[in-house]
Amino acid sequence: MDRGCHPEGVGAVSPTPPIDSSLRLEYVADFEYSYAAGEFASRFMNALRTQARIQGTRCEACSKVLVPPRPVCGLCLERTAEWVDVGPGGVITGYTVVEVPFIDPMTGIKRPIPYGFAFVRLDGADTNIYHFLEESRHDKISIGMRITAVFKPAPERDGTLADIIHFRAEEPAADD
Amino acid sequence: MGRNAAIVAVGQTDHVSRRLDVSIPEMVREAVDRCLGSKDLNPGQIDAVVVGNMELFEGINFPELWMASAIGAAGKPLFKLNNGGTVGASVAVAAAHLVASGLYDVVLGIGYEKQSEGETQSAITTVGDPAWERSVMAGAIGNFGVMASTYVAESGVTAEQAAKVAVKARRYACLNPHAHVQRPDITVEEVLASRMLAAPLRLLDMCPSSDGACAVVTAAPDRAREMTPRPAWVAATETAHDTQFMGDSPKRLARMRSLVAASDSVYSKAGIVDPRAELDVAEVYEPATYAELAMYESLRFCDWGEGGSLIDEGVTLMEGELPVNPSGGVLSTNPVGATALIRVAEAALQVMGEAGEHQIPGVETALATGYGGNAWTEAVILKGSAP
Repeated sequence: MDRGCHPEGVGAVSPTPPIDSSLRLEYVADFEYSYAAGEFASRFMNALRTQARIQGTRCEACSKVLVPPRPVCGLCLERTAEWVDVGPGGVITGYTVVEVPFIDPMTGIKRPIPYGFAFVRLDGADTNIYHFLEESRHDKISIGMRITAVFKPAPERDGTLADIIHFRAEEPAADD
Repeated sequence: MGRNAAIVAVGQTDHVSRRLDVSIPEMVREAVDRCLGSKDLNPGQIDAVVVGNMELFEGINFPELWMASAIGAAGKPLFKLNNGGTVGASVAVAAAHLVASGLYDVVLGIGYEKQSEGETQSAITTVGDPAWERSVMAGAIGNFGVMASTYVAESGVTAEQAAKVAVKARRYACLNPHAHVQRPDITVEEVLASRMLAAPLRLLDMCPSSDGACAVVTAAPDRAREMTPRPAWVAATETAHDTQFMGDSPKRLARMRSLVAASDSVYSKAGIVDPRAELDVAEVYEPATYAELAMYESLRFCDWGEGGSLIDEGVTLMEGELPVNPSGGVLSTNPVGATALIRVAEAALQVMGEAGEHQIPGVETALATGYGGNAWTEAVILKGSAP
């Protein structure tokens, strides 16, 4: 028996009960939140917005450069002392092409599919960040491929990670 | 731990995509009734209740207040946990600790989710840090796709090997009357031909969304022996975290630090040196086929990079050396707040000898794990004799 299977599909439904207890109560929520970014994110986002600079912090103990920047290295339990510029180039360390619709939580709008989505290790960084790729053809993407950040024009930047539109291959794909 | 604790009774709903016929408290009550009924227990014998789910999925805050009467918790200590995919295993661990501490003799643990009632894919984005991760999210599936790509690069595991895990899960689900996705005729070819969601993950590589609940009774030694002839003794428990950002290690799935830490700890506490030889069955929280293969490695069932050969060699089949997820696993049944408790419950059924058609003969030692977004792992060892 297949009772229905999968992430977004409809499956089989439980049997209709003898009395009609299938009344549905609809509820639509529209809550608004406003978060304090805090010291480290504010400094990072300000540099991104005003200068298109991407920065991490270096751990005093293990010397690793952590992006996103943070006050303490989670594995060493030591404070990070120094801000370091990283990127805008880097390499892909993991990737996929997303082919299922997903509502962007920041905009409420479904991102058009397909799109490339990757772990990016920026030059000078020891950790990876998730971001989008300009390329959406799976066979044109590979681990180790060099990419670079594409920034929004300065007047449109608002101090979020979305000020980086996506990452673009440094070398165009062979048949482009 | 202080004194011993043992699982004595387990109950589950029959998990499906949508339970239109019951409200959340009614659905949870069904699992509790089945649990207590399986050993002729009654709500008056329960000293305390622990409950957990993913609250934002259904959009109901303080669900424990809303359902207290339905689950027999009114007038008793009622503890609520809320820690993502791991929550069900955390409920089991908390119940065991409450009993082991000597505070309560009999504790009812409950996990549930009614995913059909909310917006799971969007709600799950609220687990991301608002400054760093929410604006660059691609849902659980995008995340798993990237994670799986790093595991493929690290281990060379193939799509065929992953598909064998999908086949194993959905076939074994047919032996489990509570399992959601039951497909006796599923083939590797069918998995490989299913729709691509986020490469390398295809539709049949992923767990479903289910409506369902699970309940487990944990008791102190004297009470446990009165309640059931063969309790499942809690021999070891552990919980472990990773650092906060997904990208802090690209091997977050390929070499899952929190899973290595939690499983190494329970092996050590339970005196297990060679888990593949010493465990009789494992119920692991595998959100996707590739994750199960990666977890074989982090759980030390094989060397690094050998997860694919383990499924090729049939080691983790029901007749193999170390059966993994004879219940059909998460790939067959996934009401998230219940999912990790179902792992512990299924491991307990195996030790108690009550797993029915998916029973592995002669289980003395079983492992169960809970998983939360590669960031958090719970591990539990259950045994047939008191530690």
